[in-house]
Amino acid sequence: MSQQQTKNCITLRGSAQIICEYLKFAINSVLFQRGLYPPESFKAEQQYGLTLLISEDQQIKNFLTNLLTQSEEWIVNKKVSKLSLIILNVANKEVLECWDFNVQYEDGDTALSKEKNETVGSKDLKKIQQEIRDVMLQVAATISYLPFLDCRCSFDVLVHARTDCDIPDKWAEAEPVAIANAQNVQLKSFSTSLHKMETVVSYKLVD
Amino acid sequence: MAQFNYLNELNSLATIDGPLTRGPLQRWAKKTNNENLNPSLSASFKNHSNVNLSSCNQSMQKLSISTNQSCNNSVLSSNKTPTRNENKKGKKTPSKNKSPGRSTTPTPNKASKTPNKADRFIPSRSNSNYDLCHYMMNREEDKTEEVVAQNAAGEAIGRALTDTEPGRLLQYTCKAPAAPEGYQNRLRVVYSQAKVPSSVKNTTRYIPQAPDRILDAPDIVDDYYLNLVDWSESNILAVALGNAVYLWNAGTGQIDQLLTLEGSETVCSVSWVQGGGSHLAVGTSNATVELWDCGRIKRLRVMDGHTGRVGSLAWNMYMVTSGGRDGNIVHHDVRQRDHAVATISGHTQEICGLKWSPDGRYLASGGNDNLLNIWPVTQGQHYSQPQYLYSFNQHLAAVKGLAWCPWSAGILASGGGTADRTIRIWNVSTGANLNTVDTKSQVCSIVWSTHYKELVSGHGYAQNQLVIWKYPLLSRVAELSGHVARVLHLALSPDGTTVLSAGADETLRLWKCFMLDPTKKKEPTDSKAAKSLLNMNSLIR
Repeated sequence: MSQQQTKNCITLRGSAQIICEYLKFAINSVLFQRGLYPPESFKAEQQYGLTLLISEDQQIKNFLTNLLTQSEEWIVNKKVSKLSLIILNVANKEVLECWDFNVQYEDGDTALSKEKNETVGSKDLKKIQQEIRDVMLQVAATISYLPFLDCRCSFDVLVHARTDCDIPDKWAEAEPVAIANAQNVQLKSFSTSLHKMETVVSYKLVD
Repeated sequence: MAQFNYLNELNSLATIDGPLTRGPLQRWAKKTNNENLNPSLSASFKNHSNVNLSSCNQSMQKLSISTNQSCNNSVLSSNKTPTRNENKKGKKTPSKNKSPGRSTTPTPNKASKTPNKADRFIPSRSNSNYDLCHYMMNREEDKTEEVVAQNAAGEAIGRALTDTEPGRLLQYTCKAPAAPEGYQNRLRVVYSQAKVPSSVKNTTRYIPQAPDRILDAPDIVDDYYLNLVDWSESNILAVALGNAVYLWNAGTGQIDQLLTLEGSETVCSVSWVQGGGSHLAVGTSNATVELWDCGRIKRLRVMDGHTGRVGSLAWNMYMVTSGGRDGNIVHHDVRQRDHAVATISGHTQEICGLKWSPDGRYLASGGNDNLLNIWPVTQGQHYSQPQYLYSFNQHLAAVKGLAWCPWSAGILASGGGTADRTIRIWNVSTGANLNTVDTKSQVCSIVWSTHYKELVSGHGYAQNQLVIWKYPLLSRVAELSGHVARVLHLALSPDGTTVLSAGADETLRLWKCFMLDPTKKKEPTDSKAAKSLLNMNSLIR
């Protein structure tokens, strides 16, 4: 019995929360690292054993909170396959960069799931955080090869959902985006044993 | 192969023209007849998978190998079909048949059960046991339906994988705002400074590109806001390393340790008295200014007045002016018992640059509040008035590099930090900004040459170089690189030929960049120095 209690157990909801927390930090990190917004509008926070910067801008915060609460719901219900953070040139609406966060659904710990009567994973939280940390470090390192965004930029997040997914209030269908002459770089992935998150950045190659 | 082509022919003959009468039956034909199964082999294969007979040949040969290892039904059922795509489906299917709608990235090769690692299959006919193979395949008849179902599921997955149109693309309509109007990406510094427009002007004089000497400076504090080196007119260099101050006699190379602070305190600034005297002012992290007699290695007095560390010091005759982290400027009369003659609230943040003009008429102070203030001297005194003459706010970062022009009164050069990266030349008599140049890198320190109409600046990331600028055009004369971390401090030798740079890489480098042309000798500066020394001795009791 005691062994059962000590065994780490991640529920579907918890796993989705980990994924959305990662998305929050990753998106904020991209906004900061790519210099989309003034650095003084960011606040340092300790997460995953790293100092990460989170936007203090109320509008950005609201946007991300709404986006991620909805996404969490969808991830729990396995409706979402991908979230794309796109960086646009404000002037001509050209897509300059696209960060794809691919969500894959995994089975978790089947033995434990049967026991608990719900899908659960048993991956060590420390291990997950370590994996996320590796990805975050890679995100921070991307500025060394990504092209300089020499214009006023904005961002948007597109959710690739399944067809049977309802469109909630204040949400709308979007057009797929394409980057001309794109270059893709796949970053490390991590897994909570229920969800696997792959991060890919595509950017416009300028000679 | 040939025998199966033949078999194909035989079958077609058999279905159209009835049984073949000529010649003996093949062994497989005998066997099928014996078991009273469908004689048309091609038809049974079509049930399994929509492949033609020739591909079955391949699968059969493969199977023969598999059967040698283990007569595994699942291997047999997942037909080794010729295209890679179908293969993937077949392999994926058994594990994924619970939820066929999922889209997963395929890893086709990992789960491959076939033992051969090579890219080509070379059949070994001697090992082929066709009888057994055929028997096994026909025995699979009852599993056909399941296989078909699995294939259908596999195709669904395949579609999901290849389909570029994901179900639905959604967006949240309340968008995040764009960057504020007029905001410029600060990362420009990272991207733009690597390439510097090579406006390096041709000069007739030779400037050595390598340092003349390199000295070790272990534990030098890598802090932009401090001022840790000063070169006296009597040719002694004071360097603060951690909590100690060392004196390096540039003439003899002798090194003395002047002081070590107690506990965790560190030295934040050093400044020699003007005119080659042996008095050194030392600013500490304990908010005090200590006055040392370096001839006797003796502390003369400790002066307080600040509430934060003292990161900048400047002498004007017998007056030492200190700037602290508290943003205050304190004028200490070192001769008086009540040393603090004036305290000015100069900046709202730490003061990192502080310089008296050579004629003692103006005090320039630069702070972390991005301001550069010019304070006029109080009439008949040697300390500044409490109200500034000018407060320049053009710099966009902390102003640390400050230097007064030695030959033209009222000309000041100032340099800003990482977000600013400019050197600005000011005329404080008029308050005009005479010239501005973007250096593409953090300006840590500025020194004017006394021999040439030039100034040298020390920079940070990415080149960590020294740049010599022509005055007044501010065109690049030369770049001296060698430091592997930012150049924190600069000092000019009393003879004006050598520039010392202290880098965060814990080295001091001596650059002989202002060497005089031997053909046109200038009057020696010794007499002037000696005169001022006498003057100073009369002033300091």
